[in-house]
Amino acid sequence: MSLLGMTGTIIKNLCAGPVTERYPFVPKEYPAGARGKVNIEINKCIFCGICQRKCPTAAITVTKEPKTWVIDRLRCISCSACVEVCPKKCLALDVKYSPCSVAAQKDSFLPDAGTPSQTA
Amino acid sequence: MGQQNIIDIQVSELAAKVTAMKSEGQRLVQICCTKLPDKLELHYSFDKNYDFTSFRVTLADATVKVPSVSGIYLSAFIYENEIHDLFGIQVDGIAVDYKGKFYRTAKPRAFNPEQTPGGQA
Amino acid sequence: MSGRTVIPFGPQHPVLPEPIHLDLVVEDEKVVEAIPSIGFIHRGLERLVEKKDFVDFTYVAERICGICSFIHGMTYCMAVEELLKLEIPERAKYLRVIWSELSRIHSHLLWMGLTADAFGFESLFMQSWQLREKILDIIEETTGGRVIFGSAKVGGVRRDISADKLQDILKKLRSYQNQFAEIGGVFLRDATVKHRMQGVGVLTSEQAQVLGAVGPTLRGSGIAADLRMTGYAAYGKLGFSPVVETAGDCYARCQVRIRELDQSVDLIEKAAAQMAEGPIEVKVAGTPTGDFFARTEQPRGEVIYYAKGNGTKFLQRMRVRTPTFANIPPLLTMLGGCQLADVPVIVLTIDPCISCAER
Repeated sequence: MSLLGMTGTIIKNLCAGPVTERYPFVPKEYPAGARGKVNIEINKCIFCGICQRKCPTAAITVTKEPKTWVIDRLRCISCSACVEVCPKKCLALDVKYSPCSVAAQKDSFLPDAGTPSQTA
Repeated sequence: MGQQNIIDIQVSELAAKVTAMKSEGQRLVQICCTKLPDKLELHYSFDKNYDFTSFRVTLADATVKVPSVSGIYLSAFIYENEIHDLFGIQVDGIAVDYKGKFYRTAKPRAFNPEQTPGGQA
Repeated sequence: MSGRTVIPFGPQHPVLPEPIHLDLVVEDEKVVEAIPSIGFIHRGLERLVEKKDFVDFTYVAERICGICSFIHGMTYCMAVEELLKLEIPERAKYLRVIWSELSRIHSHLLWMGLTADAFGFESLFMQSWQLREKILDIIEETTGGRVIFGSAKVGGVRRDISADKLQDILKKLRSYQNQFAEIGGVFLRDATVKHRMQGVGVLTSEQAQVLGAVGPTLRGSGIAADLRMTGYAAYGKLGFSPVVETAGDCYARCQVRIRELDQSVDLIEKAAAQMAEGPIEVKVAGTPTGDFFARTEQPRGEVIYYAKGNGTKFLQRMRVRTPTFANIPPLLTMLGGCQLADVPVIVLTIDPCISCAER
């Protein structure tokens, strides 16, 4: 039976610095292999549509004509199912999440266009 | 690994079989309902020393009344309220009957919506 | 002074992380009866199985609960693998043990924090969650997710842990064991904590048996029942015995969980030592037929997945009986006769996870 069981821990905590990360001043470091947002190397993509069929949340839409690859960032659950099935290995998971957004955010990728065009 | 047995029984045998399980010192694990296209299945599952036994009762539809086993195993009341609220199964004499107020789902009989409220005519 | 009052407890209550509603019938300060009602977060996930094929449903099963997500996913996979008559590789079984035990450690630490918060011990709450954060970091390093592991799949597991990483994890876990003991010591020895938990919410072993209690609630009442003893995954080769306490009160349930932290670390060490190199998954072929009850031990107790397949890609029925659901009748018994001020602590000692209870 003790009354001040936490005292030792509290003194230790007072001497040590804060445990929490100093975000946003110190950027968060993600471990390798963390599941974040899906990236695509669009020029390697053959628009076969397997990722669209295997996506459990139907976040990906692929069209052959015209060639587009569209992902709904808010539907994506970063499960990496698409990355595993991609025959050309042009999909990869970033360790970081996609930036916060308040509205539905679709990223469209077109071949030869470097940056994605965003539509709300 | 414990054994697993599924035994088919009739509704009329239910009370006697469950009483026998209780006297053997079995623990009531769960009761669940399965909706199939033409019938409903109830599973009454028991466990003793990790050996698992389940009684399967087949009902033609939700108008068939099922006797409650909560008089034998008190904890059955929670499962019986659940199958009543989600599937519309008519369970007779639940020890603690919430009368459909246990699961407050937006639609009544959420897992068996086609069934007209049985046993009330 | 025999007037009875009904006090609604929840669904929004400072102590409840999730919504359950209890109507407390009280006489003065004494609770006479508690009447539960749930369904506030009923998502109907069991019926979703009719729309998602059995491989994709793993993702849904994992999201039934945010805390014991891996064990949910794994149990679902075990049920489907039995229907498909798949035997998964040895290494996958050991990996499943390691992740199950990591999720048990993080769940118990979460519970310790919430309980400390319930009896108003804020610094203990912070301290528990600080430790939990380190476990979450290990989980993120090995699976890529913090609470949704995403590493169970039908036919095995989706990721491997390299030998170096495994040694690194073991070293970390051993160093955290001292901290578990430090925090656990406060729970078990501090007078203020004991005052709130000893003799409160007593459940005798007969009651626990009859009311179908599971998990630490059952083991705190002196019954040695732990589904891991059935030897699913690789548990059969690890050699351990369930943690049991006999008092049956909130303190005993707390003791069980704190002792299980060390047990989990031991199990991870044993699994890591025995694990041989090899494949981690087998190819899935065929469609599920027949019915099967898969049973595993979650941090909160026994979980049951009933799967029924008819030879198509879609299961006919998938039913989950979660430990919290089974622990509601014992909870109602514990609440009868307790003091109103003890209700939050008693509710928390069954480690309620309402969203998984309602699915």
